Amino acid sequence: MISPAAAHRNLLLFVLPALAVYLVFAVLPLATSIVMSFFQTNGVSGDTFVGLANYVRLFTHPTISARFWNALLNNMQYFAIHLIVEVPMGLLLAALLTSGKLARSEGIYRTLLFIPATLSVVIVGFVWRLIINPLWGLVGFPLLGTESTALTTISLMSVWQYFGIPMVFLYSALLAVPNELVEAANIDGAGGWTTFWKIKFPLIAPQFGLIAILTYIWTFNGFDLVFALNGSAPGPNYSTDILGTYFYRTFFGSSGQLADLDLGAAVATIIFLTVLLVTAVYFWLIQRRLKSYSV
Amino acid sequence: MSAPDLTMPVARRRPDREPWTLERIIVHALLILFVLLAIGPVLIVIINSLKTTPAIFDGPFDLPTAKTFSLEGYKRVFMRGNFIVNYRNSLIVTVTTIVLTVVLSTLAAFALVEYRVRVASLLAGLFVLGIMLPIRLGTIPLIQMMLAWKLMDTLAALILVYTAMSIPIAVTLMVTYFQTVPTDLKEAARMDGASELRTFWIVLPLVRPGLAAVAALTMLPVWNDLWFPLILAPSRQNQTVTLGVQQFVGQFMNDYPALLAALTLGAVPLVLLFTLFSRQFISGLSKGYSK
Repeated sequence: MISPAAAHRNLLLFVLPALAVYLVFAVLPLATSIVMSFFQTNGVSGDTFVGLANYVRLFTHPTISARFWNALLNNMQYFAIHLIVEVPMGLLLAALLTSGKLARSEGIYRTLLFIPATLSVVIVGFVWRLIINPLWGLVGFPLLGTESTALTTISLMSVWQYFGIPMVFLYSALLAVPNELVEAANIDGAGGWTTFWKIKFPLIAPQFGLIAILTYIWTFNGFDLVFALNGSAPGPNYSTDILGTYFYRTFFGSSGQLADLDLGAAVATIIFLTVLLVTAVYFWLIQRRLKSYSV
Repeated sequence: MSAPDLTMPVARRRPDREPWTLERIIVHALLILFVLLAIGPVLIVIINSLKTTPAIFDGPFDLPTAKTFSLEGYKRVFMRGNFIVNYRNSLIVTVTTIVLTVVLSTLAAFALVEYRVRVASLLAGLFVLGIMLPIRLGTIPLIQMMLAWKLMDTLAALILVYTAMSIPIAVTLMVTYFQTVPTDLKEAARMDGASELRTFWIVLPLVRPGLAAVAALTMLPVWNDLWFPLILAPSRQNQTVTLGVQQFVGQFMNDYPALLAALTLGAVPLVLLFTLFSRQFISGLSKGYSK
């Protein structure tokens, strides 16, 4: 046996390299960003503590706050569309893949269906812009150029790219359902449909909570596809602006807007709190309840 | 819920051959429909990248014929674009990040499972928390750090950030693999007087599927990221493939063969790699996040 002192020393030696990189390049910048949001950067003369001044500006300045609420609402819609379309699609495909009717082809389907998720947003954005191009594409209507349809269109492009992820989570959960349960149901005369909803579905239910929270985190971190399609001031008339593009514009600047690092730090902190709050609630309430149903 | 091991060949798991019932036909038909939806757009890009401009517009869904086949697009991409440099950068960044992530997270996960002191579960929790951490929100301090350390606009900046980004999920995933290693084996190694590092080496082959899963899982978000290349390494000699294609698309909006060729060149390597490692990737994804 190893002595407690040696165990501590060994643990530290093995974990330190990973921990150091993780703390310095992930945790520290995030923490610094929160601290920064309470300061005003003045170049040479140093930083001054300004309390909540950056937040007051974010929430009361007419254009800044209007754009922020717009981006937040758009982001919620972006998340909702992902959840509403991606999850049923992933469930259907996972159910088909594990229906026991495929034999050898199961792996081929699984791999092909996941291919969109391996593409970069640049390709996804361009391909779909090409397909729905009103000049010679499949749709004779400027879906991306119209305020009321642009955000939904981009969301659906993103859904097309990432439906493989809920599919894989649900697929793995379905494979883990004990075969004896399914066989017992079959002996009792239950068909594929009944077996799925009565036996398999309740067992994979905890996965939906996980998928929902990961989708939430990922969509509130969204930026790439919107930027690739519409740049950092996503139009038309900011109708596709989400928190990621708003944040980028705030600290990086764009046409008609100066770069503002302190305001950017405040925006980052608010986004972080938005993600943190929901994630925490999820872990305390929902995950606990669902755990009791899981095998 | 424990995820099944997908590293096992599919055919061996379900060897039975069923007759062509109506139910079976419907399942296949639906899956084929979704496969077409998934890869159709990709195929359109690849097919049209091999045609002349008029052929692209006359029949966007036609295969290239002897008359319409053309590699002009690819020629122009290599002439005007920066693709060799882009590929080199993406390869350096992705491979170095994978190696660093695999090495650091494997060492950490081994110790977190091996030394059952209270601080170990605390540290493991800290890593799990990192999976949920939106690292992009720390971008402003990252820019200042990279400026201060003279790492701004270098590939090293990207590698460091990506490694930090990949470590939480990698450690969490490797912990699940190390938990399956029998204690007897490690104790036997220690009895023979093996050092801790030597014990680590002895059990390493047993978690090899985990190493592959970590590598596959790390590769995708790093290769496809647009945010950090745009902010931390934007200059022409440091652009990755994703950023390079993005800029190329912006510059040559009307040269369709070249555009489609650039998009194909950006997508194909990763799609091929993924196809090779899809089992590892999928099992890594479900095992790592289902904790």
